[in-house]
Amino acid sequence: MAGANRDFDSAAIRRDFPILATQINGKPLVYLDSANTSQKPNIVIDAMSKFMRETYAPINRSAYTLAANATELYEGARNAVAKFINANSSQEIVFTKNATEALNLLVNSWGRANLKTGDVVLLTHMEHHANIVPWQMLQQERGIELRWVPLTSDYQLDLTSLETLLSGVKVFSFTSMSNVLGTINPVEKLCAAAHAAGAIAIVDACQSVPHTHTDVRALGADFVTFSSHKMCGPSGLGVLWGRKELLEAMPPFLGGGNMISEVRLDGFTCAELPAKFEAGTPAIAEVIGLGAAVEFLSSVGMANIRQHEIAMSSYVLDLLTTRFGDDITIHGPRNPELRGATFSFAFRGIHPHDLSQVLDQSNVCVRAGHHCAKPLMKIIGANATARASFYLYNTTTDADALADALDSASDIF
Amino acid sequence: MPGIEDLYREIILDHYRTPRNRGELQPPAISSEGHNPLCGDDIRIYLDVADGVVRDVKFSGQGCSISQSSTSMMTVAIKGKTVVEVGAFVRRFKHMMTLADNDEPVDESINLGDIEALQGVVKFPVRIKCATLGWNTLLEALTESTK
Repeated sequence: MAGANRDFDSAAIRRDFPILATQINGKPLVYLDSANTSQKPNIVIDAMSKFMRETYAPINRSAYTLAANATELYEGARNAVAKFINANSSQEIVFTKNATEALNLLVNSWGRANLKTGDVVLLTHMEHHANIVPWQMLQQERGIELRWVPLTSDYQLDLTSLETLLSGVKVFSFTSMSNVLGTINPVEKLCAAAHAAGAIAIVDACQSVPHTHTDVRALGADFVTFSSHKMCGPSGLGVLWGRKELLEAMPPFLGGGNMISEVRLDGFTCAELPAKFEAGTPAIAEVIGLGAAVEFLSSVGMANIRQHEIAMSSYVLDLLTTRFGDDITIHGPRNPELRGATFSFAFRGIHPHDLSQVLDQSNVCVRAGHHCAKPLMKIIGANATARASFYLYNTTTDADALADALDSASDIF
Repeated sequence: MPGIEDLYREIILDHYRTPRNRGELQPPAISSEGHNPLCGDDIRIYLDVADGVVRDVKFSGQGCSISQSSTSMMTVAIKGKTVVEVGAFVRRFKHMMTLADNDEPVDESINLGDIEALQGVVKFPVRIKCATLGWNTLLEALTESTK
């Protein structure tokens, strides 16, 4: 049961998130859209506010004390993120606008430098558009071939033909956890298979880094991308981790200030990592906010968060199937150990857009639509689904509120 | 917060449960497809135009109650109208949806009939795209028909 974890004090965690005390029309907020974007704890809000009130200044380019202090906070946050995912060095942490930009950086920099006509990139049927469209853009430009790992009937990647699919592949780029199905993929195994076939492994870890302990070295990946705003940090910030030797060999992505060591009329030389990939003034306050977010998540304990979400998954699956039986179809694995607490579902034939509108009457916030994974939606035979996603601050009370609100939707349609 | 009853009026739910003019028309009728990138809904409008008059109209596709009922009501309203009348009718509807499309004047005397029930959608701005999906697709089909 959720809450049985003695190291996990749900009430205390909820108090850390001021928005969860917000009421709309006199009713509490039931926020079940964290796979989309997570809410922010006080420590993040305060760190950003304190920085902007007391220390705001440019980084990496001015000698005065205020700027030096700002740079120290910014780089301190980079160190915190590096430690959080067990990177070898903070030089391997590149800050981007979002995870989408991190993937675009890889396709444009590594992809353009290493892929030519006829080269093969392997993706999966569960990818987010951010891990599909940039490759398709390169395909249009360069004529690379895209191959796809299909799904099994129980919403896992079908790995029976993986070796064949990987034959001749240069890049295997895949999600660590489906943002639609909740399926957790065997990342270590997939990275090892990619390497055995001579391919590099890129992991879109947006849905797993916020929810479970991530050790990029243990995963064996070459590149890992994730987003700040899904892990209690601010929006406008993504992270690219890459093995140093690969990042060093890559050409720059965006050009401009901060990313150069020298510019002449006849050319330029790049700055060292990670500045090479951080052209222009970065999201300074946001990076400092993310530093606070990883401090917060670490203090709660990623293993505790994962245990809480397994318990939540177990509770939600039992609740929805017991209460609604065949009236609800959950598109995702039934085993809580094999999934995150993200549930896409169809309910009594009610269109997800209508469903989310009615749930909103009870302040139950769920996503409705294709979740930026249209190819996957087509494969599971849905134009759209409703999606309820749970995080460390959600409790069984939220799940019960969802179930009650679903019942009220039937009254209208 | 506006009440849900402002959105799901009985006439809207009626057209959702029992859509009118659902189906397809064979060529030479022309067709146009519209997508709502927000929610993945798609609608196809089939239009049979002869001598400047909409002789027949049908629609297919998937969508929420608002997009489906709005399109259903639209097909009922435009059948038999001239292309020019339909253009003015669409402008009047989009005006109600607070979408001032262009500088062309809106004839406020045009009676939208049952379609007035969709007025409540304006209080739920995210849903305006649902309500106008079929109408924008119709405009594309009309453009196609005059080529």
